[in-house]
Amino acid sequence: MACADKTLLVHAYFDGELDLVRSLELEEHMKTCESCAQELRSQETLRGSLRTSNLYEPAPQGLEGRVRASLPRAKSIATMDRPQSNVPAISLDSSPPRPRSRALEWVAVAAAILIAVVLTLRLFPDLTGRPQAVLAQEVIASHIRSLQPGHLLDVESTDQHTVKPWFNGRVDFSPPVRDLAEQGFPLMGGRLDYLDRRNVSTLVYQRRKHIISVFVWPLDSATKPPASAFAEGYNVISWQHAGMNFCAVSDVNADDLRQLSQLLQQ
Amino acid sequence: MAEEARGTDDPGRFEQVVLPHLNAAYNLARWLVRNRHDAEDIVQEAYLRAFKFWGGYQGGDARAWLLKIVRNTSYSFLERKRPADQGEEFDEKIHVSESAEPDAEAALLQSSENQMLRDALERLPVNFREALILRELEGLSYKEIAEVMEVPIGTVMSSLARGRAQLRELLLVMRDQEMRSGLRR
Repeated sequence: MACADKTLLVHAYFDGELDLVRSLELEEHMKTCESCAQELRSQETLRGSLRTSNLYEPAPQGLEGRVRASLPRAKSIATMDRPQSNVPAISLDSSPPRPRSRALEWVAVAAAILIAVVLTLRLFPDLTGRPQAVLAQEVIASHIRSLQPGHLLDVESTDQHTVKPWFNGRVDFSPPVRDLAEQGFPLMGGRLDYLDRRNVSTLVYQRRKHIISVFVWPLDSATKPPASAFAEGYNVISWQHAGMNFCAVSDVNADDLRQLSQLLQQ
Repeated sequence: MAEEARGTDDPGRFEQVVLPHLNAAYNLARWLVRNRHDAEDIVQEAYLRAFKFWGGYQGGDARAWLLKIVRNTSYSFLERKRPADQGEEFDEKIHVSESAEPDAEAALLQSSENQMLRDALERLPVNFREALILRELEGLSYKEIAEVMEVPIGTVMSSLARGRAQLRELLLVMRDQEMRSGLRR
């Protein structure tokens, strides 16, 4: 087993999804950590087996012909009374002109609704939001993801008057944006993130060489901020201020993160 | 890419852009429902659905777009036919004997027959199996998998990590059982 806080990183590294800086850090770590190095070798062995065991299931002969035959012909579309281009995702009145398909579609719609209900209840027993521990994992994963090349910033500017208006029309609230360069936390910019099924705005600050992501979304949202946590080498702290939820994630120490939190609440 | 910029009403274009991904569609369906005949039905139904949604296709990766439809069709099928599949969970309490050394483990993995690997994959919870198939057999990136499964990228990352860990454990358990039954014979 890899070090508990490195497991996800080892997998992301193994899949080529880690940015250069973090890849180098992990490689350095694995030089001295036999368990993480072993974890990586196990993954390589497993992948080797998966890729050389003829597991891929190509379509059987004849399936392509059957699929082609079942697709409505061009002629039947031309004679349909509705244009196809605006067909909504689940549409019942533009089915191919075959009674069987229509009946099947009703079954499919009923099944889709059933699945939606069952899955919703199963996945989100607490409809007010996900468990906060899961959410902490999600913000850490978002933060790690943002550190990959090209993902950190959607709007790059140290000017709060550039970053704040950028969010207009992109999220349905106006996050407070402040540059804190004089206090040692220069603003780098912002980006959009997706957290617990809603869009959130993310402000990116720098602390020495470290990157800090601050997720911001309104207090009246069903998404409650995760509890403060330390996991996988990242600190997570949350607070509420001026009608907004804030959640800061970074590999800087917790004191620095708390300092930023206090600055943002002034 | 500009050629694929938007779906059109032209069925010829649909066949050109979407039909080439038939193998990917079948492979995913086959691994999700674990049955050849059902997989064929699902692929046909998914293509019909895809054809209907073709007007809403906004361009981008046609394979991921199609796989998302195949996946949803497969899950509808599973829910309808075999509700038990959805809740099925690998028992994380099953653990192999502590004596398994890393090197022995690697040797076991390396020598495991195709059939055992296949059985182990089929016994994984469906969402982990799906992430692994998309990553290891289809070669999709985290972002593409997230698109197909409609989950955040962080979930893809943790599903793969947990799926791989469970797969390795399952393989060890199965190998262990085989050795025991071999001894009894």
